[in-house]
Amino acid sequence: MKSTVTHPTPKNPRSKALEVFSAGLPNATMRLSDLESCLVPAMLGEEAVVKQEIELRVNGQIYEIEVPPWRTLLEALRDQLNLTGTKRSCGEGHCGACTVIVDGKAVSSCLMLAVEAQGKDILTIEALSEGGRLHPIQEAFVTHGAVQCGFCSPGMIMAAKAFLDQNPEPSEEEIKKAISGHLCRCTGYVQVIEAIRAAADRMRIG
Amino acid sequence: MDEHEILEVIGKPYPKKDARIKVTGECRFGEDIQVSGMLHGKLLRSPHAHARILSIETGKAEKLKGVRAIITGKDFPGILYGNFINTRDYLPLAIDRVRYIGEEVAAVAAVDEDTAWEALDLIDVQYEPLPGVFDPEEAMREGAPLLYDNKPRNISSQSVWEFGDLEKGLKESYLIKEDHFQTQSIKHGMLETHICIGYWDANDKITLESSKQSPYAVWRQLAMGLSIPPHKVRVKQTFVGAGNSGGKQEAMPMDFAAVMLSKKTGRPVKIVHTMEEVLIIGHMRHAFEIDLKIGVDREGLIQAVDFYAIADGGAHSSIGQLSIFLLGNPMMVTYKIPNVRYRGYRIYTNKSFCGALRGHCGPQAVFAFEGLLNEIADELGLDHFEIRKRNAVTPGFVSLNDMKITSCSFKEAMDKARDVSGWDKKKGKLPKYRGIGMGASGMVTGSNIMGLSNCSALLKVQEDGTVALQSGATDVGQGCDTVLPMIVAEILGIEPDDVSFALVDSDLTPMDPGTWSSRVTFYAGNAVKAAALDARGQLAQVAADILKANEKELIFKKKMVYPKGRPDQGIELDRLVRHCQNRKGMTILGRGYYNAPADTLDFSTGKGNFAPTYSFWAQVCEVDVDPETGQVDILNIWSAHDGGRELNPMLVRGQILGSSVMHLGQTLFEGIIRDDKGKTLNASFLDYKMPTFMDIPKCQEIYSMDVPDPEGPFGAKEAGEGAGNPSIAAIANAIADAVGYRFKSLPITPEKIAMAVRKKEQREAL
Repeated sequence: MKSTVTHPTPKNPRSKALEVFSAGLPNATMRLSDLESCLVPAMLGEEAVVKQEIELRVNGQIYEIEVPPWRTLLEALRDQLNLTGTKRSCGEGHCGACTVIVDGKAVSSCLMLAVEAQGKDILTIEALSEGGRLHPIQEAFVTHGAVQCGFCSPGMIMAAKAFLDQNPEPSEEEIKKAISGHLCRCTGYVQVIEAIRAAADRMRIG
Repeated sequence: MDEHEILEVIGKPYPKKDARIKVTGECRFGEDIQVSGMLHGKLLRSPHAHARILSIETGKAEKLKGVRAIITGKDFPGILYGNFINTRDYLPLAIDRVRYIGEEVAAVAAVDEDTAWEALDLIDVQYEPLPGVFDPEEAMREGAPLLYDNKPRNISSQSVWEFGDLEKGLKESYLIKEDHFQTQSIKHGMLETHICIGYWDANDKITLESSKQSPYAVWRQLAMGLSIPPHKVRVKQTFVGAGNSGGKQEAMPMDFAAVMLSKKTGRPVKIVHTMEEVLIIGHMRHAFEIDLKIGVDREGLIQAVDFYAIADGGAHSSIGQLSIFLLGNPMMVTYKIPNVRYRGYRIYTNKSFCGALRGHCGPQAVFAFEGLLNEIADELGLDHFEIRKRNAVTPGFVSLNDMKITSCSFKEAMDKARDVSGWDKKKGKLPKYRGIGMGASGMVTGSNIMGLSNCSALLKVQEDGTVALQSGATDVGQGCDTVLPMIVAEILGIEPDDVSFALVDSDLTPMDPGTWSSRVTFYAGNAVKAAALDARGQLAQVAADILKANEKELIFKKKMVYPKGRPDQGIELDRLVRHCQNRKGMTILGRGYYNAPADTLDFSTGKGNFAPTYSFWAQVCEVDVDPETGQVDILNIWSAHDGGRELNPMLVRGQILGSSVMHLGQTLFEGIIRDDKGKTLNASFLDYKMPTFMDIPKCQEIYSMDVPDPEGPFGAKEAGEGAGNPSIAAIANAIADAVGYRFKSLPITPEKIAMAVRKKEQREAL
């Protein structure tokens, strides 16, 4: 992994912030020393921004982009790959609006760093419909009144897909629990649950 | 159009028209929009609740690489803008004083968000902190620090009215009950934060692209605050990711900052609020202290009501002049009250300010009234439904403050709710800690307010028989992008899919006040109906000539136009349009506006029928309470309403469910928490808890009386807010029934319930 550095390597790379930061990245594929060399200059308030070239596999396509290490997957998807279907809402992982599917699991993309997402299969809302045909979950959302303002919809749909792909015959309680990390202020949730149940039925039929 | 004709489109559950582009993620909300050359803006906020601004040094911030411009309050003309003439107190950015933590004092435009954030830290503001007030009662005392020098006792606005003879009414009452109620501030909770893109071009024309639900209100406020003529301002709404009123209803500091930063830089400037900012800034529901007194005769008929309230308004007026009146109005359109006094005072405090939020003081007023009414019913030994039916407004009733009830199936709705909930089998017969309760309320269907009542629509009938509809109405998720096209489709005999619906653009789409007061289906629907009938009339005139038929007997159905009774002797609609265009040089443009039969409210007297009609709601709620933990399980909510005819039942259902669930949050756990120095403590969804999937009732049933209103388009009344009015009351009354103790302050948390149960059990043990 290349890093673009525009200043001399600092002599004392360790900092309290770095320890705290790196402790929170159990799944990082970077080596700690790589982290240090690119993060610390920025944390010491130096002007140079250390960007890294990374490769992201999104919706079956490979994208090569340059990101500072603190760029979240959400920001990279929206601002650099122009995949704005994934929404930014609370930015802290509480609302589910930014949900994408990473290696088959629903993930809050605001809580994942872009650099962390390397080597993984990322699926966003843009990949769900094929050739203009909506995925059964999308179709069900449309026909069951599950979409009002629609801001939470992409996130919910991705979570529903990740869930139904693993649990094709869920009970209503299981559906509620699986998607309970998603906030919606418009619908009151009932029509969303109905949509997911209908989608599950439809997906089973095939 | 023959009212008795079979409806082809109206009444069907058409999916929301923009749902398809929203589920694919294609739909571009404000934050998704990228404009070439765009800069990113951020706002600097006051850390003090009350302070004088001594100086603002921007030199260091300006030198940061990537910063393009920095502005302060002095970059604006210093004209106060806002909602009402008497209470306007907004400035784009604070000039010499800040009045709450989070108030905007400066703005930066930079090449990216990271740089803009960093620049904020480099702006040096020197403040002289001033003593602040954080409690309305304290703020009203003589000698308390004043937020505004011209507002003695920090009274932001008041609504004081008295009709009949209160003393006489109370004297003649057989039973009088009074109590004190407290309600809290909640936030709108929309998932899309605020966003705008401002552009000030070389012609001094300002364009604001923003997530707004009342673009024309914003248009006027921008023009006022910038001191430029309105025609130099263009407001373009983006798709709105919900709003429930608040900042999406008004021009905000971010809007002014974006356009001014654009002026300084010559580039478009985009500003997005973080959710933390949304939770810290103003725009939230008023918190109330309510003293309510109701007197009734032996039959439970209301003789007198004395309603006193203090509203904690926060640092700005916002729409508070209306809010403080609205707290007193629900009872006037729900029950027949012969003697009444209402005194509401909205007080400034050094905290984030309050304004409108879905229901606009209705849910809180109804919570108090319905609670006290139940105490009265219980003491008289009267059934809860019975006492309400005895007092309920009826068709033709005119309240003391001139509210005119026209269509009204209120009692029928109450009967329905009673029946479907199994009330008679359950009330008083449920196991311990299980309870059933009800709430009922009337609700305005739109209103003439704020000089913003003009409502119009334009449409083009195109040569392929489709329609391009422009209304000033804004879809915020409720579905007017579908219902308004449905009205056009019904009138012209086409499909809703054949009618496109434009986003509001003040340069192009006609004026409409916006989405608030539950007005859109009724007002905009009638305007759209008028425009469609206008177009139809033009087409009918030509068709009558071609078909040698009587214009008045032409039917528009299934994309055909034919004489009544002779469907095979007609002409296709698209051919008719092309005939008009090609043979007669006619472009079919439909034009309509709606002047609602409502008066203007006189704020000084509290009188004036400001709504053209009212909807009516009755809700029953059944709960299970865990006496140890105080946890409330909402088993069922039955909702029966008189909302006129449902133009689209699926969308109406969505509104009712959404409003009910939203209000269970306020009832049980929601609320903005601030310390005693005005700092918001739960400015994150982690701590500002809103209802989730796991909180909804096990079951919710909705029943419509389905009685068409004579004035509403195809008989419709409102559905957006009314459902929420009785929600808090119904749940609170059910909890009171379950626990045997009435909670008079919101939210009714598990702690409150558990403590009350414990105390009660201790007392019973003695």
